[in-house]
Amino acid sequence: MKPAAFDYARPRSLSEALELLARPNVDARVIAGGQSLVAMMNLRVASPGLLVDIARLPDLGSATEEDSTVFYGACVTHAMIEDRIGPDPSNGLMPKVAETLAYRAVRNRGTIGGSLALADPAAEWPCVLAALDATAIIEGWNGKKAVACRDFVTGIYETRLAAGEILTAIWVPKLSPEARWGYVKLARKSGEFALSLVVAVRDPARGYARVVLGATDGPPLILEATSRLCGRGRAEPAAAREAVAADLARAADRQFDAFRHSLHATAALRALTQATEAAA
Amino acid sequence: MTAIRFRLNDADFAEDVAPRLSLADLLRERHNLTATHLGCEHGVCGACTVLVDGMPARACLMLAAACDDRQIHSLEGLRDDPVIAALRDSFHRRHAVQCGFCTPGMLISARDLIQRGRAGSEAEIRAGLAGNLCRCTGYTNIVSAIAEAAQTVAAQGKAA
Ligand SMILES: Cc1cc2nc3c(=O)[nH]c(=O)nc-3n(C[C@H](O)[C@H](O)[C@H](O)COP(=O)(O)OP(=O)(O)OC[C@H]3O[C@@H](n4cnc5c(N)ncnc54)[C@H](O)[C@@H]3O)c2cc1C
Ligand code: FES
Ligand code: FES
Repeated sequence: MKPAAFDYARPRSLSEALELLARPNVDARVIAGGQSLVAMMNLRVASPGLLVDIARLPDLGSATEEDSTVFYGACVTHAMIEDRIGPDPSNGLMPKVAETLAYRAVRNRGTIGGSLALADPAAEWPCVLAALDATAIIEGWNGKKAVACRDFVTGIYETRLAAGEILTAIWVPKLSPEARWGYVKLARKSGEFALSLVVAVRDPARGYARVVLGATDGPPLILEATSRLCGRGRAEPAAAREAVAADLARAADRQFDAFRHSLHATAALRALTQATEAAA
Repeated sequence: MTAIRFRLNDADFAEDVAPRLSLADLLRERHNLTATHLGCEHGVCGACTVLVDGMPARACLMLAAACDDRQIHSLEGLRDDPVIAALRDSFHRRHAVQCGFCTPGMLISARDLIQRGRAGSEAEIRAGLAGNLCRCTGYTNIVSAIAEAAQTVAAQGKAA
């Protein structure tokens, strides 16, 4: 189908973009890669009045680094991460994830910021960024704020972004060279949205470990008991199964049928194994 | 209306477009470039894949208004491209085309896989084609045609 009529603006600066978004009585929406939004508009599940195109704003399209952090502009594309254009804070986790997400033609345009801002429950970046303990930078008329990615997504397609605000950057702390990760995406076809998704990060040098489950009916879920076990290194299979089962049982706000429960448990155990085997 | 300037198949254009016009409809309706096919119009089937600034993109998910200052190539503009020539030949001989609806998108994606060195094995080609649906061929002939074209292009590279 074709989208309903709307207006389009391509501002030259962030302040101009914020000004456009703040116009009264206009249902203005940011467009970055358009790889979710235009599809939603073509299906007429979204019909904004004004699109504010931020894809080519200066500063939003590249990644830079300092000693311990990589700063991603919100409009860095999945393909740039896949191709390792710019620094990688994640010892290969982020390029691997980018490669498994959608299809190359979609990855060439879709952005890391658009994916986080949309907060599709089955999307990779919200889970990966929570697992890496990244920080989202939000700018609006009344200034700039930083929100930990683990708290950024609040529900299905719901985030801490308020109307008129733009997610401008994502700060990802660098893993130590010895850090290990696990990443398991279960889907029926390569490039499709996940049926289950688990990211495990273990960085003993920083005393850090976190295991995050995605593709549930809610925001990314931190598996607390599994994370503690991950921090201690290689686990006995029985202990690992027990920790994962306890975490899934504790998630009282989520509904898993037997099939999804089994997929999530399998993905979590595999990711935990990847993150703890061959560990230093 | 939004005023845009863009390069299409190596010629310059300046036009006014309605914001809701997709790049696919700009190509098909205004420029009569009908190699770009529309299957799903939500990014899934790959029939509309074209090159935007040299990189494959879904023409159904790209607003024409966002193509200001960009370079577009549809399959028609790649007539003399050496990788497309190798693919055209191998698709023909290996019977990788039935109804032809998916073919333009397949060729553009296959060209990109070959150019990025991602057509080295059957598994790699199949993974790289996950975003291009074909309802006719069962993919087998498409995959082998791409593998053959990749070898042809590599051999040409060595000879040159
Ligand atoms: C066929 C297909 C398969 C896909 N498969 C996957 C998959 O397996 N996994 C996956 O994770 N994704 C998948 N995607 C989605 C893809 O990753 C999108 O690129 C991504 O979800 C959105 O990024 P975008 O830049 O295109 O955002 P847009 O589509 O431009 O915007 C999405 C939403 O976020 C808002 N937004 C965008 N950027 C910002 C910002 N900086 N600040 C505030 N709000 C903003 C927009 O207003 C809009 O509401 C798929 C898409 C397609 C078409
Ligand atoms: S028509 Fe664009 S991907 Fe199907
Ligand atoms: S040849 Fe008919 S869809 Fe591919």
